[in-house]
Amino acid sequence: MLTNDNWLLSVGVFLPLVGVLALVFWPKADELGHKTIAMATAVATLAVGVYTLIKFDYDQAEKLQFHVDETWISVINSRYIIGLDGMSLPLYFLSMIITVLVMIYSWNHMPSPGNPKAFLSLMLILQTGMAGTFVAQDLILFFVFFEVVLLPMYFMIGVWGGENRQYASLKFFLYTMFGSALMLVAFLALFFQTKGGDTDHGFSIVRLIEAGPSLDKDTAVLIFAGMFVGFAVKVPMFPFHTWLPDAHTQAPTQGSVILAAILLKLGTYGFVRIAIPILPQAAREWAPWIGLLAVIGIIYGSLGCLAQTDMKRLIAFSSVAHMGFVMLGISTLTPLGINAAMFGMVAHGLITGMLFFIAGSVKDRYHTLEIKRLSGMLKQVPKLGWILGMCAMASLGLPGLAGFWGEFPAILAAYQPFEGNDTLKALPVETFRTFMVIAALGTVFAAGYLLWLFQRTAFGEPTAEFAGLGADGDDHGHDDHGHGAHAPVAHSLSAAVNDHDDHGHGDHERIEDVNGFEWAAWLPLLIGIIGLGVYPQLLFKVMDPAVKVALSAFGG
Amino acid sequence: MLASLIAQLPDFDPPSVDYHALAPEIVLAGVLCVVLLLDLFIDESRKWILGSVAGFGLLISFLPVLTLAVDDGPARVMFGGAYVVDDFSLVVKALFMLAGYVVILLSMQYVDDGDYHRGEYYFLLLTSVLGMVMMGSSRDLVSMFVALEFLSIPAYMLAAWRKRDIKSNEAGVKYFLLGVFASAVMLYGMSLLYGETGTTYLAIIGERLASDGGLSAAGVLAIVFVLVGFAFKVSAVPFHTWAPDTYEGAPTPITAFLSVASKAAGFVALLVLLYVAFPSGKDVWQPLLAVLAAITMTVGNVVALRQSNIVRMLAYSSIAQGGFILMPLAVAGEAKVGEDALTSVVTYMIVYAAMNLGAFAVIIAVARKTRSGEISSFGGLFSYAPALGVLMTIFMASLAGIPPLGGWIAKFTAFKAVLAADTGWGYMLAIVGAVNSVIAVGYYLTVLREIWMKPAPDGDVTPIRTPSSLVAALGITSVATVVLGVIPGVILRFGDLSTLTSKLVP
Repeated sequence: MLTNDNWLLSVGVFLPLVGVLALVFWPKADELGHKTIAMATAVATLAVGVYTLIKFDYDQAEKLQFHVDETWISVINSRYIIGLDGMSLPLYFLSMIITVLVMIYSWNHMPSPGNPKAFLSLMLILQTGMAGTFVAQDLILFFVFFEVVLLPMYFMIGVWGGENRQYASLKFFLYTMFGSALMLVAFLALFFQTKGGDTDHGFSIVRLIEAGPSLDKDTAVLIFAGMFVGFAVKVPMFPFHTWLPDAHTQAPTQGSVILAAILLKLGTYGFVRIAIPILPQAAREWAPWIGLLAVIGIIYGSLGCLAQTDMKRLIAFSSVAHMGFVMLGISTLTPLGINAAMFGMVAHGLITGMLFFIAGSVKDRYHTLEIKRLSGMLKQVPKLGWILGMCAMASLGLPGLAGFWGEFPAILAAYQPFEGNDTLKALPVETFRTFMVIAALGTVFAAGYLLWLFQRTAFGEPTAEFAGLGADGDDHGHDDHGHGAHAPVAHSLSAAVNDHDDHGHGDHERIEDVNGFEWAAWLPLLIGIIGLGVYPQLLFKVMDPAVKVALSAFGG
Repeated sequence: MLASLIAQLPDFDPPSVDYHALAPEIVLAGVLCVVLLLDLFIDESRKWILGSVAGFGLLISFLPVLTLAVDDGPARVMFGGAYVVDDFSLVVKALFMLAGYVVILLSMQYVDDGDYHRGEYYFLLLTSVLGMVMMGSSRDLVSMFVALEFLSIPAYMLAAWRKRDIKSNEAGVKYFLLGVFASAVMLYGMSLLYGETGTTYLAIIGERLASDGGLSAAGVLAIVFVLVGFAFKVSAVPFHTWAPDTYEGAPTPITAFLSVASKAAGFVALLVLLYVAFPSGKDVWQPLLAVLAAITMTVGNVVALRQSNIVRMLAYSSIAQGGFILMPLAVAGEAKVGEDALTSVVTYMIVYAAMNLGAFAVIIAVARKTRSGEISSFGGLFSYAPALGVLMTIFMASLAGIPPLGGWIAKFTAFKAVLAADTGWGYMLAIVGAVNSVIAVGYYLTVLREIWMKPAPDGDVTPIRTPSSLVAALGITSVATVVLGVIPGVILRFGDLSTLTSKLVP
């Protein structure tokens, strides 16, 4: 039975904005106060999320629950429709967890140039945008939430990012803006094409799912193309991916984690929630091309990884490859494939989010992410090293960890793509089997670059410049380490500006192992990676009914 | 002799005046006389009071607009149809008055600081607002022209207000010469219209142009001339050349006034002309406006990318936004699009007024400290004046059309209207508009980059003291910008009222 707690989603989505309001009026000097308020807001939001999780009726996961349908912009018949089904629940909840974890991590890892007030406000606005996107059931509402994340992320990269931050943030912004302009035009075209006589479906996703499939195929293919560009930029799919490595590399750790864990999912979620159910006939036409771009992405991303010398950039490129698997799963248009894709989204969120956390912590300790300068982490910071090892294993798809259940079923689904029914032709089996072989090759590459990364950074002895600074207690060779000229100047400057800042370590600071805040931020992710790896049914059970509904046009 | 002549005259039939309908204009006229007289009789040291009087007076004259709006009766038609108070005119009157009020708020500190002639300043400003209010009701060539001159002539003087500044003089002279030239072109067009139809009432012009089985050559010429005249007013490319220089040279509050209210008045006149007088000429003006809209937004945006002065940048941005407002008008003659286009233009004018006045308010506040008009003077604003930084971010993002701020819904309605037309011109405009909205992001982001990511110039990070009048202006405009974006139903209904279109489309 459906519950009447439909206030839950609105509160869950907009509660962070209340926190932002409180932050705005809190005196600027009290940084601890800001952190406390932001943390309290994030935890309260998560509590609402947990309550939603409890109240959710798992026996009817295919239905939209906590459904709200209110007048919003009556002139264009766009309504405030929100709801949650099995497909959006995991992502909705994940966004809340990630925000809390990022807040915990920010407690003592505030990136330069500080200013927690602004940083945490932006993070809370991001949270509203992300959660809102996953519950919106109206195209205009979806679009608004989809865009709300844009500016905060732009500032997060542009203000708190690395050296090349302005270029990276502008690139991120313009790519996404371009995609969403086309997406909006596609939504409008859909609105006008489905509007006939006195039936006006407005922008309601549910009602458009009824009306969309009867559209003329050529029109549908064009509209799908517009949506495709909008979503593909966000995913990002080859060839729209070039903003991603720059954005990820330059973003502060928190930004990278949110970007990888949630923002990229907005694109793939859009395909599954909007593009495919509303325009199945066009999805059928586009599927082979999406599959092709997906496998190109897998191979290209993997090769890109092998060429990287920077740990963070390597992880960024691995996202391109992993999202390729997700898109391959989606392109098969089968329940198995889309379930795999949905699982892959959550798993990639956990694993890659975790990898970016690790990269951030490595950067804090070694002030570099250049793979060749890092070595022997297992000796120097054994816990950090082993966590990196585990996440690398999870990322390459080792059975028993979460990554496996995203990749393997996606590949499996490509063996037998959509088989056709009365209205829609089958997908070409040979093509998809070729994709399957290539994607399987991609997993070999993935094992290659991840193990190579792990081997180069974690095994062996620490390099000379960092030797003796480790947590193992050795205490020699302070004076001969080769921090370039960059270190002292940069650090003293930023330390002067902002004394609690993470760069404030002196040059001879010891390299400590995983600390309390890091454990608190990471443990939930690590538990998730193992938990979902051992018992994937937990997630599949929730998602499968909703996925079947989304694919109803492809049913037998 | 004389008596016999007089006897030959027809009996003078005094027009019946609906004083309630005219109350906003009458009160406003009273207020501006009070301001002028007060200026003569009070001491120099107490002249700061004039700004408050002008502001309050404007608000008082706003009250009858409200009472008229509450009144559900039919539209009030006066002077044989030359002057009409309907829902549309009330909406635009409210817009002009509120925009005028915000401009007065922007001016207070500015005028006090700058040793200007305060009394005359407010007097002229209110006169110009009165002209705009009249424009909202004009349904006749003569009353329209009178309203236009009424609103323009004070603006010419205000543009040259900083009389010892050579740029301000240039601003005034350029604006005056080109404005008068445009008026002349328009008058020529109007005289042709009169010759063609034998009347100055727009509604009758509309009927007669439609009835003669197609336009004559003179009719076409008349429509083109009248439109070109208003294209000057709304600074559509290629008739925009006065705008950047005038905007840069004029006192900043006046620039805000010109770019918002004066421009909106031009659009109001265009709307009335297109919907009431020229519906039968749509084959003439639709392509003309489509081309104007396309080049206006493209040229405005591309040139804005290269500006280093913030006011000049906003001048070009305002030209580009004007192109967006024109966009739906270019398909307004198509069946079923009329209402969409009207909604879009009205919505866009209101939203644009809020966000652009807000941006100017921030500029005035920042310039009080930096004494500079360069975009680079905004460097590090967020670090030393976070409130102004965030507000400017909201206004710039809104101008760029990023949801959920007001500018988004304005652009959205414009796109919806041109797509609803389902014509080749419509799709062409939609594509040009989409490309332009991405280009526009480029220069709005430049400002945001300065505010958030660059250090303060010369490391000067003393906080900015914002006078209370500016704080009020910032409050009004920022709340309006956000609220209009989040719950746009508030204003979209203005364009939605079926009565509104039925009054306009005879």
